[in-house]
Amino acid sequence: MSPVRALRPLAALTFACAVSLSAAATTAPPGGAAAPSPPAAGTAAQATAAPAVPSATPAAMPPAPSSATPSVSAEAERRYKVLSEELRCLVCQNQTLADSNADLAVDLRNQVHELIASGRSDEQIKSYLVERYGDFVLYRPPVQRNTLLLWFGPFALLLVGVLIWWLVQRRSGAARAAGVAEAAAPAARTDDAALRRARALLDE
Amino acid sequence: MRSLKFLIPLVIALGIGWFLYAGLGNNPLEIPSPLVGKTAPATPIALLNEPDRTWSPEQMKGKVWLLNVWGSWCSGCQVEHPVLLDLARQNVAPIVGLAWKDRPQASKDWLAKLGDPYVLNVSDQTGKAAIDWGVYGAPETFVIDKAGVIRDKHIGPLTPEVLAGRLVPLMRRLQAQ
Repeated sequence: MSPVRALRPLAALTFACAVSLSAAATTAPPGGAAAPSPPAAGTAAQATAAPAVPSATPAAMPPAPSSATPSVSAEAERRYKVLSEELRCLVCQNQTLADSNADLAVDLRNQVHELIASGRSDEQIKSYLVERYGDFVLYRPPVQRNTLLLWFGPFALLLVGVLIWWLVQRRSGAARAAGVAEAAAPAARTDDAALRRARALLDE
Repeated sequence: MRSLKFLIPLVIALGIGWFLYAGLGNNPLEIPSPLVGKTAPATPIALLNEPDRTWSPEQMKGKVWLLNVWGSWCSGCQVEHPVLLDLARQNVAPIVGLAWKDRPQASKDWLAKLGDPYVLNVSDQTGKAAIDWGVYGAPETFVIDKAGVIRDKHIGPLTPEVLAGRLVPLMRRLQAQ
């Protein structure tokens, strides 16, 4: 197969990806690239109108274009987006609160909104949810005693791997050196022995 | 020593195998509640039959009781319902029913049709009280002791086995305290 022919499927794939990406860029809302399924043509306009929250939460609407000054709600919106990306939906466990359409996720998003509006800090909101649902709601588990293995286990394994590699290298290096020495040694040893025997014979 | 070296990969493989096998027994849908061992949330919840009045867990102080979270939309709750009726007949402990994100009329219809095992019915239409209780899926059942501390939580439908093996002995122990 010629190299050009081999590259053709790759080119087709790249093209397909580019097309779907540009389609996603035009239809999907900002930050919505991880949405579970691309919206159908009919709902595309709807999806752009309500970025993160499918439910009718007024505070989740994009800021009106007329508001030129960065308002408090824009800051709240930004915090809300970050938080809902970091919190896990407990029903569909591999989705963030932002991605999930589960009923509970909608409730929890509303709760996060309210907590932000009531002036709680990000840390307070996270600990509010951890108190009720446990560390499981956090996508980034905290470093504590029972997560030490999770956080540092991979590095420990890497270290073990490096150690084994180093030991193997050293041994094969030593073996090679020994091999060289052995290859050189017999001649020397026979010479030595022969000399000694010769001296002994001469001395007799 | 050298002769036993061939065992090292075997031991590692067995170790990994054991680790993975132990993982098979875990149910990822059962997330242990951090509320076990803590005081039950005091959030007042509206009564199902009189929405203007509220009930709060403090009113149960001095009793060992159960909080059962359910909804007429929840199929697991239907499975568990006869078990709850049975438990109520045995008069082990008062059960409070929390209708979670349910239309009050639908909750009432369900209780009228299938029977009412609860000493008291409260309704959390917004889901706010449920968040305070760390509820993430119905049915869920909490055991609360006389001091108002949550002592256990069962996720999923109650079964006679779970009750007889775990919850009823726990309640009896707590009642004796």
